[in-house]
Amino acid sequence: MGSIKDKVAIIGMGCTRFGERWDASGQDLIIEAVKEALEDANVEIKDIDAAWLGVCFPRISLGLTGMPLSTALKLPFLPVTHVENLCATGTEAIRAAAYAIAAGTCEIALVVGVEKLKDLGYSGVPEVVSDDWCSKFYFSTIGPPGAFAQMATRYFAKYEIPPVKGKEILAKISVKSHEAGALNPKAHLRRRITIEEALKAPIIAWPLGLYDCCGVSDGAAAAILVPAEKAKEYREDPIYIKALQVAVSSGEELLYNWDGVHVESTVRAAQRAYREAGIKNPRKQLDLLELHDCFSITELVTYEDIGVSPRGRAGEDVMSGLFDLKGEIPCQSDGGLKCFGHPIGASGIRMMYEIYKQLQGKAGERQKQGRCELGLTHNLGGYPFRAIAAICILGAHRG
Amino acid sequence: MANYDEDAITMAVEAGMECILCSGVNREAIDGVYFASTSPTFKERSCAEIVATALDLRPDIYIADFTNTTKAGTTALLSAYNAVKAGSAQNILVCASECRSRIAKCGSSYEALFGDAAASVLIGRGDVVAEIKAFHSISYDFPDFWRTYRDDYERAWEDRFIREEAYLKFIPEAISAVLKKAELRPEDISRVCYPALFPREYMTIATNLGFKADQLQPSMLDTIGDTGSAWPIIMLIAALEEARPGDRILMASYGNGSDTILFEVTDGVERIRGKAKSVKSQIESKRYLDNYGKYLVFCEAIHVERGRRAEDTSLTPLTEQWRRRRAILAFVGTKCKKCGLPQFPPQKVCANPDCNAWDAMEPYRFSEKKGTLFSFTEDYLAFCYVPPAIYGIVDFDGGGRWIMDITDVEPGMCKVGMRVRPTFRRKVVDHERGIIIYSWKVTPRLAD
Repeated sequence: MGSIKDKVAIIGMGCTRFGERWDASGQDLIIEAVKEALEDANVEIKDIDAAWLGVCFPRISLGLTGMPLSTALKLPFLPVTHVENLCATGTEAIRAAAYAIAAGTCEIALVVGVEKLKDLGYSGVPEVVSDDWCSKFYFSTIGPPGAFAQMATRYFAKYEIPPVKGKEILAKISVKSHEAGALNPKAHLRRRITIEEALKAPIIAWPLGLYDCCGVSDGAAAAILVPAEKAKEYREDPIYIKALQVAVSSGEELLYNWDGVHVESTVRAAQRAYREAGIKNPRKQLDLLELHDCFSITELVTYEDIGVSPRGRAGEDVMSGLFDLKGEIPCQSDGGLKCFGHPIGASGIRMMYEIYKQLQGKAGERQKQGRCELGLTHNLGGYPFRAIAAICILGAHRG
Repeated sequence: MANYDEDAITMAVEAGMECILCSGVNREAIDGVYFASTSPTFKERSCAEIVATALDLRPDIYIADFTNTTKAGTTALLSAYNAVKAGSAQNILVCASECRSRIAKCGSSYEALFGDAAASVLIGRGDVVAEIKAFHSISYDFPDFWRTYRDDYERAWEDRFIREEAYLKFIPEAISAVLKKAELRPEDISRVCYPALFPREYMTIATNLGFKADQLQPSMLDTIGDTGSAWPIIMLIAALEEARPGDRILMASYGNGSDTILFEVTDGVERIRGKAKSVKSQIESKRYLDNYGKYLVFCEAIHVERGRRAEDTSLTPLTEQWRRRRAILAFVGTKCKKCGLPQFPPQKVCANPDCNAWDAMEPYRFSEKKGTLFSFTEDYLAFCYVPPAIYGIVDFDGGGRWIMDITDVEPGMCKVGMRVRPTFRRKVVDHERGIIIYSWKVTPRLAD
């Protein structure tokens, strides 16, 4: 089996402020992110060979195909590919570009993820109208909060955690992310919250409350990729892709004997990513985590799914502060989906943006102290029982 | 009253399912479905056929929709009898089902009186529960209750006129005729069942005919209400639930005349005793709706803000509904012939990762399977006509699982491990486009 390890490097990244960007169209956001990425990489738009555009809901203000990207940037009739994999879109777009670079068919690749959710007209993500894998004819009246909330119901029941205690653990996760978000000028939500506020918040889908759910935001993020052996020609401190793995559900979870308290796609993607990157002990070897905290329960379960926390005991690690901004393995040091926001197509790339800046020592007040060489991003689309997990491991050094 | 996601069709399916399971008759052997209602969901599109599809019956059967009068239930029953007697059919399922609360105008006396219910009987040959010994039908175009094609709500003439000229005349006329045909006297009858349109005259009819008070089957007017075409049949079923072999039961309907039928109970009544959810247990399992505003919402009597999230049903692929009707309407999935795993929705590739066989499936009916709640949530964001949307994953007895809406529950009622059973309900209602999608949910009500 092949490996992407140390074949591709990121030499530039950009990220817009995420939030309710009433001021910006989809194309405005693309330009904002790409501008920063080009300056960071010290390359010009004419140097780009090929581009990938990650958008989950093109029908909201962006449009089908790669044309929203090529027409915004006036790319000269380049190959531009539209990529979508629900919330894992961003990482999937990076993966497509990385493979093109590794195949030697492309010298400099541009990847942009963008979403204009706030043009939808109602809160939350769009209603899915007609899908074969989650058809409205068969599924319950489901929405993302409800789908993930069920995992919390199961988790509390299986590990015999009284819901009151369970909600405290979930609250701590969000409080922790808000600490980081408060320090991040690009984040959507920048206010600290307390455990009490989280516990008293209105219920969205029991047992998840307002502060257990990430916000809905607009934003864009961009990355410029080159072959690893050429990276040092562009900058002193390129960041190397150590692993890129995607796992897509077989559909068996909802039909067979899934236990309701883990996301199988994450487990499989993580196992393959560690094999690809040569990581034997993630808890000891990983320095930073950017996990898909669409809901606090997702983050809790993901600690276990990526093999960092033991099964059923991630709550102990949460409460001990292991994942705090000042902890040993900071998780969501930029605020995560929870605070930075979740413009779906951009999120996977925004996660890499934070790891990228951290590994380069450029995270300012939020900079991890001590060893900072290896970071993992986890990007999850779909529902816990029908998911797409995309994992990327980034490293500061080649080899 | 019915829940917001019920209607005449869903209740007919519920009653019909009970009836089929109670009878022990194979669904393949049912030759027809007669559906009777004065409150059918569709003016055009056979409700009987929706019921037949939901019950997973053969396509080569007789279906008919009887409507327009509260006598329609018994007329359907007699028509089924005539078809079986003529040899055109071996078995016909009759479902009389009403959602009358929705045709009672706010503030009308009917708002307090009308009720929602369904009754189902299987008419056939062979090992019967009761034999039809005699019957008599009379019809009059009496101006008591009506609705034109433009009317949403029940219209009625003066109470006293209806009571004196119709109610007190038609039922006695029909009952007398049957007693004469059967050469029986009032004291030969164990139970007499007819609707109590007027409580006092309900007693008077019996007295005038020579029946004693204890022969009169309780009308359940104050527990169920005026349930239209279903009413006399529900009373008949309640009587059968207590009947002994040899009992004679007289059932009379009211509406544009009367159908009266004389039944003689056989030994067969012991065979089915306790097999179906009794009238009594259903009344006992009721919950109260103590909020008039909510009542109006359930009856669709007021415009309710659905929010923009509900507007997005622009593409309801009815082609998909046709193609997958057995899955959507009958809750039939597949079972892998190789590993035995039941699966819903129907699969062509087995979901068991240790099997994954291709094209090794046979049909598997989930509608009969009870289950246990594996997970659930109470969702205040997802669209629901009566929020929160409560749903979860159900593990079915015998294998298989699926994610289902949970109905007949309120926040705080669900628990992991709770027992539930499938129930046929309205799933999507889009009055803009005239689309009503039926499918299956689960309920804990009478699930054990």
